[in-house]
Amino acid sequence: MNTLLVLPILIPLATAVACLLAWRSRTIQRIIGVSGAVGLLTTALILLTTVWREGVIASQLGNWPAPFGITLAADLLSAIMTVLGSLMGFSVIIYSLGSIDRRREAYGYYPFFHLLLMGVNGVFLTGDLFNLYVWFEVMLMSSFVLLALGGEKPQLEGAIKYVTLNLISSAFFLTALGILYGMAGTLNMADLAVLAKEAKYPGVATTLSMLFLVAFGIKSALFPLFFWLPASYHTPPVPVSAIFAGLLTKVGVYTLLRVFTLLFIQNPGYTHTLILALAGLTMVTGVLGAMSHNEFRRILSFHIISQVGYMVMGLGLFTPLAVAGSIFYIIHHIIVKTNLFLVSGVAHRLQGSFELDKLGGLSHKAPALTVVFVISAFSLAGIPPLSGFWAKYVLVLNSLQIESYLIAATALLVSLLTLFSMAKIWAGAFWGEAPSDNEPGRIEPSPPDLLTKVALYAPMFLLAGLTLTIGLMTEPFMALAVRAADQLMNPAPYIQAVLESRP
Amino acid sequence: MKSVILTTATRYLMPMLLLLSAFLLFRGHNLPGGGFIGGLVAAGTFILHNFAFGVEETRRLLRINPLVITAVGLLTAMGSGVVGLLAGNPFMTGHWITIPLGKGQGLHIGTPVTFDIGVYLVVIGATLTIILSLAEGE
Amino acid sequence: MNTLIAVLVGVLFGAGIYLMLSRTPVRLIIGLVFLSNAINLLIFDAAGLTRGIPPIIASGAEKLARSHADPLPQALILTAIVISFGVLAFALVLFNRTFKTLPARDLSDLKATDT
Repeated sequence: MNTLLVLPILIPLATAVACLLAWRSRTIQRIIGVSGAVGLLTTALILLTTVWREGVIASQLGNWPAPFGITLAADLLSAIMTVLGSLMGFSVIIYSLGSIDRRREAYGYYPFFHLLLMGVNGVFLTGDLFNLYVWFEVMLMSSFVLLALGGEKPQLEGAIKYVTLNLISSAFFLTALGILYGMAGTLNMADLAVLAKEAKYPGVATTLSMLFLVAFGIKSALFPLFFWLPASYHTPPVPVSAIFAGLLTKVGVYTLLRVFTLLFIQNPGYTHTLILALAGLTMVTGVLGAMSHNEFRRILSFHIISQVGYMVMGLGLFTPLAVAGSIFYIIHHIIVKTNLFLVSGVAHRLQGSFELDKLGGLSHKAPALTVVFVISAFSLAGIPPLSGFWAKYVLVLNSLQIESYLIAATALLVSLLTLFSMAKIWAGAFWGEAPSDNEPGRIEPSPPDLLTKVALYAPMFLLAGLTLTIGLMTEPFMALAVRAADQLMNPAPYIQAVLESRP
Repeated sequence: MKSVILTTATRYLMPMLLLLSAFLLFRGHNLPGGGFIGGLVAAGTFILHNFAFGVEETRRLLRINPLVITAVGLLTAMGSGVVGLLAGNPFMTGHWITIPLGKGQGLHIGTPVTFDIGVYLVVIGATLTIILSLAEGE
Repeated sequence: MNTLIAVLVGVLFGAGIYLMLSRTPVRLIIGLVFLSNAINLLIFDAAGLTRGIPPIIASGAEKLARSHADPLPQALILTAIVISFGVLAFALVLFNRTFKTLPARDLSDLKATDT
């Protein structure tokens, strides 16, 4: 138990250290990087099956009993997120083998990639709010470096915006933590959950929850705090964009889910309704932003925002089924969104541009890529029987059941607009006329060799296959989400596991 | 821009500052001090050297890439956490051994100290990486 | 004392945010420094100030004196200081590099990646 909970943090750390020690050799770093990712994925899967069989597990670091020490705890949501994080890490690192340039590899791409995974897993597994802050910072520091690595002009500019806004978000988070500690005298989440039930100052708790909402809202790119995302996500190399798109905002959503089901449940009429309203606005602004753009990665960046709206919508509705819908949506979204970014990378490689009107004709040039894109894009838009359809179906169904017609209508409308914007990419990049070759300023791309091709296409096929599997065999995945949501809505076993776990 | 006063003073100050940093590191087990502050003092020593002699000289003095120092520090810190795991306890559980030195005396050493040494190295490595890259940009 | 520190926190927050609204990159960084110091003081203050009673069990005694100072906020602040030190150092390097590489003079010139 103790080992299993620490390994998802230790393996990336050990991998990063090993990569740093092998600083001079790119080949050794690559081998270490990939094997670390494989090890991490295996551990995460073992963790998920263990949690599925045995319920919530916890470990007290340094053998100090909760709430005095730092606790690591995994319920199903944590375990699912860890698996998804590791899976994205694995896919993107394989993809990186074929697409990251030598200079970035030489300046520490692999170590920082693994430190990022360590931070992400730490966030998912910790049971202590201050420790959560520390993991956030680990994750942010590595993401800062990955974003600026290479030092191209747009990258630096995007990095400044990303860094500043995230520092402000951390400042909000830390302020909230200070006040919370002053009020409650503890920062262990399970312990806080016990106190939350007998809250002495519900008013202060609500105020405090707003500070947390702003902090995590910036991280998860909620309306109106999302501006850093489309200003920075399209600047780094594609694998970095892909791992950011897949994981970082979802870390924010995860913390929102955790905090607003465990700690701030005193006044759901106010807090969760506000979250629901923000979710609706996030969906609409995100998709409108996406429609107004003609650059592959910018469109996808705006879609991240719009999709975050759906994930948070389930939390805002705050029924077991809706939260299950949110979790299912996260599972679906991480896989699909990462894959779409990977597709954009190959498209760029083939045609030398991210602009839709310069791409054109990809369906003839790269049929395999087209298939992957169609699966992912239609899943994102929610076309049955792909994974996105089920995710949206559950959310909309539930909002109709509890008579939240406005949000249901918004979700359906946004889904339609998403389809429109995916169709735009389809028409521009895949279907449309190939651009004439004698255009000035066009970089003639080099055709990738066989090994590179395998590295680029294997992860995309893996993720597309997963999307199809989730869509066609929804039952087990939905069962997983429902059980995870059940654990969130009835946190008694979680609290018990954390506060009573003895080594 | 080489100042005779600074270079001469640095030569005399460096050993003392490094000694102070080691003192702070080991004192930190039971009293104020510790790996972080010790590491900062040690990094400060090399930064002083950098001011006096320039970046190339400092890099030559260090011999190894500061990032490698960071890596070794992380490894040390992680290793001292893993000791607890190997003994069947949670990660980071403290373990102590006494190395006999004869005459009934012994050296009492434990994982918190090795963890602190790890922190010390990480702080030196990370600080120097940042400062030296800033100095090179000048 | 509590009130005094609370006022100081407020002043630091205000000054930090004012500086961050400026378009000069150096002021933005100094604003962030102010902000992180303000938060550290806030944690210190919110957890309650106790003077002169360290949480150390006197030799011979079985437990702590009744109203001892809480050591945890100090540990939290120490961690937060370390983190903000690292993050701000990185931000400094980034800003330095950016304004050397880009033709931009101040923050309002950074519009190329906006949407």
